[in-house]
Amino acid sequence: MSEKKKGNPKSNKSTGLPRKRFYRARAHSNPLSDSHFPVPIAPSQVDYSLHYPHFFPSDETCNENCNSTINPEASILKPHSKKIQFADIGCGFGGLLISLSTLFPETLMIGMEIRDKVTEYVKERILALREANPGQYQNVSVVRTNSMKYIPNFFEKAQLSKMFFLFPDPHFKEKNHRRRVISPHLLDEYAYTLEVGGIIYTITDVEELGEWMKDCLEGHPLFEAIPEKELDSDPVVKLLSSATEEGQKVARNGGQTYLAVYRRIAISGTENGE
Amino acid sequence: MEETLIEEGGDVNREIEVAPALISVHPLEKSVAVAIGSQLRVYDLQGDCNVNLVDDSGGNLHSGSIRAICYGSKGRLFSSAGDDKLVKIWSTDSWHCTRTVCSEKRVSAVAISPDGLFVSYADKFGVVWVVALDGTSSEANDKAAPLFAHYCSIITSLEFAPDGRFIVSADRDFKIRVTVFPNKPISGAHEIQSFCLGHTEFVSCMAFVSTPEYPQGFLLSGSGDSTVRLWDVTSGSLLDTCEVAAEAGLLESNEKEDMFSPAVTDICASPDGSVVAVAIQRQVPQHFLLPLCVITNKVVSMGEIFIPTSLGLSSSPEHLWMITGASNLPALDDPSFARVRVISGLLKESPDSGQDDPILLEDSKIPGGERLLEKLQGSVSIVKEEQTLAAAAEAVKTAMCNLLIKRQYSSEKRELRKRSRNDRKQKQ
Repeated sequence: MSEKKKGNPKSNKSTGLPRKRFYRARAHSNPLSDSHFPVPIAPSQVDYSLHYPHFFPSDETCNENCNSTINPEASILKPHSKKIQFADIGCGFGGLLISLSTLFPETLMIGMEIRDKVTEYVKERILALREANPGQYQNVSVVRTNSMKYIPNFFEKAQLSKMFFLFPDPHFKEKNHRRRVISPHLLDEYAYTLEVGGIIYTITDVEELGEWMKDCLEGHPLFEAIPEKELDSDPVVKLLSSATEEGQKVARNGGQTYLAVYRRIAISGTENGE
Repeated sequence: MEETLIEEGGDVNREIEVAPALISVHPLEKSVAVAIGSQLRVYDLQGDCNVNLVDDSGGNLHSGSIRAICYGSKGRLFSSAGDDKLVKIWSTDSWHCTRTVCSEKRVSAVAISPDGLFVSYADKFGVVWVVALDGTSSEANDKAAPLFAHYCSIITSLEFAPDGRFIVSADRDFKIRVTVFPNKPISGAHEIQSFCLGHTEFVSCMAFVSTPEYPQGFLLSGSGDSTVRLWDVTSGSLLDTCEVAAEAGLLESNEKEDMFSPAVTDICASPDGSVVAVAIQRQVPQHFLLPLCVITNKVVSMGEIFIPTSLGLSSSPEHLWMITGASNLPALDDPSFARVRVISGLLKESPDSGQDDPILLEDSKIPGGERLLEKLQGSVSIVKEEQTLAAAAEAVKTAMCNLLIKRQYSSEKRELRKRSRNDRKQKQ
């Protein structure tokens, strides 16, 4: 651990956690611009051993069994025994992921963030937490990507059970509404990656956006609202505003939040005929 | 220096937009349609005469470059669309335009459902729209409804599955999306059946083939990664990959060319899959026969300068129709230039008997003869054909690049653009 501290001057000396001020980034990123980061060609190409070495120690075990010159693709291509089930889209500084990690220690989850510095911070944060708490936080990871474009490259059909869209960019201008991460057309893709019964969580402190997200979800034939009662008993709902950095900021300022939580439902036979 | 080059290139491209020529053949080879710039030219092969297009849908003729044409519903219908944001639907027995739909954005792809009830088109925002054709052409019906969207990626090709269950869209982000085509598409298509992922470059073209054992069909796709891939659309799984460059013997012949592995720009297939023809950007067309997914191929090289921009094939694939050309060519007398060629002898009686290789037909031997050429090309013989072809080849290359490949900027260039941004920073 001391080595680690020397290796990373951006970390806090006592906790080993990265310090935010070294990871300053613009608050927004254009989701329409062409991307310049690697994107997996298909979900089967996502290297789980990179993200979750504790659950997928592929390299070491393989080195013992096979020769040291293993085909790296072979290890990637074999089907994953365990799949990512939670995705935090636009995870920001990763507050929710960290809280979810201990709440669902056996569930693999990933944060997707488009700003590279912020992603870098979350990466360091997870590594530091793993080191400080042996055995914990092995189920969380983060990736830099444009989730509006590349979700199908990461997840198979019906792979996810929870998706989070917390405090997304509001994009007030009507011209920019197509940049919103919740939109009628993108919901088709989210419905594809969510299993039937899977839950989509959205929250914002912008009333206009809150209404928009609710309208989009309400109008979509593959999502239905979750009754208030059920939400009260869902431990995750409380985390939406309390665990995220953005949520804490809103709470500090005494702001209001607008929540929309919907369940992915199966296609009903009558839906098409209606 | 590189930066200025890019800048200049960008400016030039913006000023004159060269549109590649397109060709499409009636499934029963009753007619051939060619689109060049804003002109649509049709030749009736059955009656051996020119077709006069009549537009009684009240709209104007195409005023911008046509970017997509297709026959549909067993050849009953024909659709054309492009940069003028008009989608025109023609009835092919009389060649009357029965319907003109106005799009909000430029149109990049168009498809007609097998039952002939719907026309679907994709616009420059990556949104796919649907129009119902159920005879009643009321005002409210004239508007297209959004069906689904690719997130801000230009859709290069749109196809219906042969049984009409799925609509398949391909984009410049190497994605192929298979969407369930609903009974009532006007309220959108929300159920995604699968994504066919595997291409590592833009997907330029798609075609369905089906066999009696598998009537729902297989999908073939061509891409800038110089492969043609075979997919099962129901599961989205990749069944076979054909490295076109290697098949065509391009790689050994010219080692330098390795770096520019040729892009697949168009594909067409007979519905039973007995003939699949592929046009590639570097040299050109080859066609290969595809019996039961085992791909054997025949390369027909057209030489260095005939680069087909589009291919056409009827359901009994006697002839492979090819066209090269472009509109708004800069340095030519005739600004829109097109050259049609036909290959015959694609079908063999039996696979073993085969010495009768496909042959490139002389102009006088192609169906319709010189009268067809006069109609479709604009003139029978092209003066200074060599030079014209060479000039056209260059223009076509850039045109295809603009269509299919996203602009690339070096990292310095990107920084420069960021610094000169004028939208920052009105503090709120």
